[in-house]
Amino acid sequence: MEKFNIIEGIAAPMPLINIDTDMLIPKQFLKTIKRTGLGENLFFEMRYDQNGNEIKDFILNKDHYSKASIIVGGANFGCGSSREHAPWALKDFGIKCIISTSFADIFFNNCFKNGILPIIVSEDLHQILLQDAEIETTSIMKIDLENQKIVRKNGDQLDFEVDEFKKYCLLNGLDDIGLTLKSADKISSFEKEYSDKFSWS
Amino acid sequence: MKIMVKSRTLYDKIWDNHLIQSENDTSLIYIDRHLVHEVTSPQAFEGLREAGRKVRAPNKTIAVPDHNVATTSDRLTNFGSEEGRIQLETLDRNARDFGIHYYAVDDIRQGIVHIIGPEQGWTLPGMTIVCGDSHTATHGAFGALAHGIGTSEVEHVLATQTLIQQKSKNMKVEVSGELGIGVTAKDITLTIIGKTGTAGGTGHVIEYCGNAIESLSMEGRMTVCNMAIEGGARAGLIAPDQKTLDYLKGRPNSPKGEKWDKAIKFWKTLFSDPDAYFDKEIFLKAEDIAPVVTWGTSPEDVLPITDLVPSPDNFQGSKVEAAKRSLEYMGLRPGQKLQDIEVDAVFIGSCTNGRIEDLREVEKIVKGKKVKSGIRAMVVPGSGLVKKQAEEEGIANSLKEAGFDWRMPGCSMCLAMNPDQLLPEERCAATSNRNFEGRQGRGGRTHLMSPAMAAAAAITGRLTDVRDI
Repeated sequence: MEKFNIIEGIAAPMPLINIDTDMLIPKQFLKTIKRTGLGENLFFEMRYDQNGNEIKDFILNKDHYSKASIIVGGANFGCGSSREHAPWALKDFGIKCIISTSFADIFFNNCFKNGILPIIVSEDLHQILLQDAEIETTSIMKIDLENQKIVRKNGDQLDFEVDEFKKYCLLNGLDDIGLTLKSADKISSFEKEYSDKFSWS
Repeated sequence: MKIMVKSRTLYDKIWDNHLIQSENDTSLIYIDRHLVHEVTSPQAFEGLREAGRKVRAPNKTIAVPDHNVATTSDRLTNFGSEEGRIQLETLDRNARDFGIHYYAVDDIRQGIVHIIGPEQGWTLPGMTIVCGDSHTATHGAFGALAHGIGTSEVEHVLATQTLIQQKSKNMKVEVSGELGIGVTAKDITLTIIGKTGTAGGTGHVIEYCGNAIESLSMEGRMTVCNMAIEGGARAGLIAPDQKTLDYLKGRPNSPKGEKWDKAIKFWKTLFSDPDAYFDKEIFLKAEDIAPVVTWGTSPEDVLPITDLVPSPDNFQGSKVEAAKRSLEYMGLRPGQKLQDIEVDAVFIGSCTNGRIEDLREVEKIVKGKKVKSGIRAMVVPGSGLVKKQAEEEGIANSLKEAGFDWRMPGCSMCLAMNPDQLLPEERCAATSNRNFEGRQGRGGRTHLMSPAMAAAAAITGRLTDVRDI
């Protein structure tokens, strides 16, 4: 996985609440057996009309925001299914960070596994960042994971929280499986004890 | 001297039993059952191959195709799309190459992964169960800690039989009292989501309790837990009781003989201690729950069928814009009677309501009646065995005579990955679990409800109070 440290880019405002995984990537694109190539279908039904033409009003179709690497999204972002196709599509499009007041649980975890940083902020900060994102000139933000700062265009630095372990994995681009397999002996001895105790399992 | 033992919830107990190691807030937990389907697994198996890894516990790994399979009788040769065919063949190959349990499309035991897990006795109390599907919460009905995971985690579980997790908080939802006529498990679970919102359970594992929950059959309990995810929770749980044991006894993969005796002794310890701490508690009276439908594009947009379509002005904050958007998408206007809303299609099935009891409920309503002309009414049994049983009980005949299309098992129009889809602006009374924009087909309009309510809508051609039928 690619290392995540500092990113600087355009933040697109998407204040709609409950942006769900069907909006992020509809079911017809889940038939792929690959992880790549989903970016062009991100937000498919909001982005293209029935004839496949771009819908001009949609934020990520606007010239400036089509290059966004950050989304400032509404509450409960990523609700719905467990499909990792949602972060795959975001990543393929070029999104590296999503800022919201809350995220759905599975989506939140899936982001970290794909080098995307989901940041939870307070309502107040969210409003400030949304306003920044809405104006092209202030929509450029810097995300500094190491120091846990969101840096606004005007230089203001806003702190954010992130789980230590997840931060460590993102900063170092670490693969979870490799890390877990370091505990292979522990897993084996647990498994032995467990199957003795719960013989039916 | 009295020794103080810390009171624990059911979730705490299952968690503790599976905890391998913990550092700060990050824990490694052991997984008892890993359910796999064709959509969220190909990339995970590919990852194993690339790294030269094996499936650590093939005996605890169970695969079945369900999301993408066609529900027509020619489905062994007609896949609906070339990509769909490739995905199904990929699961077939992966299951065989890695030596995991597998129910192929032509196996009568094939069906929706969350229906066949319990049906085959893979799902047992006190277990940890994961699947690359958010509705894994269904298995919580048996007092198992069950939740959805992403594909990276699927690969992690395949390789290590463990999952990296942070412990969730405990939430209790107690429903007490007696359910009214026409009120079902689906109405309970939708009403809870309507009350707490789709983010109400975020960061929590919900334990459902109270005598109204206890009064439900195992099928009904599965319906309740199934939609824990729509309430934002990681998982839903119901403590096992005699009904749970009766359901499990004699299932193909349930323990037998001495192992069964040992198992039930343990299962009887699976309950929340009386003074266990819950971070959040919600109380509902069964008497206050009515047959409900959804009106919008979020599962929290729930109202009793006797109500009116709300106005965006009834809401606050960012929900105002969301409600406006929902009403426009759904083609509804504020103040309209829910019971005046006409439907074009009826879908009965899914991991929420595709079990035998659901089909029995439908039969009760439609037997001897006819689906209103012009309405496309589809029944998709949750598994081959549910289908067989419904055929043996005469349910299939009653439904076919009423004008329902009787299909082969699968996820079907719940997520419309296969050819079963709504057309733009087509309106559907559905027993599934999500009413998101485009969920059942681009532009399709979904109203969620119980099987009995969907059956009633099929007869009258509009959203209908089942108590009037």
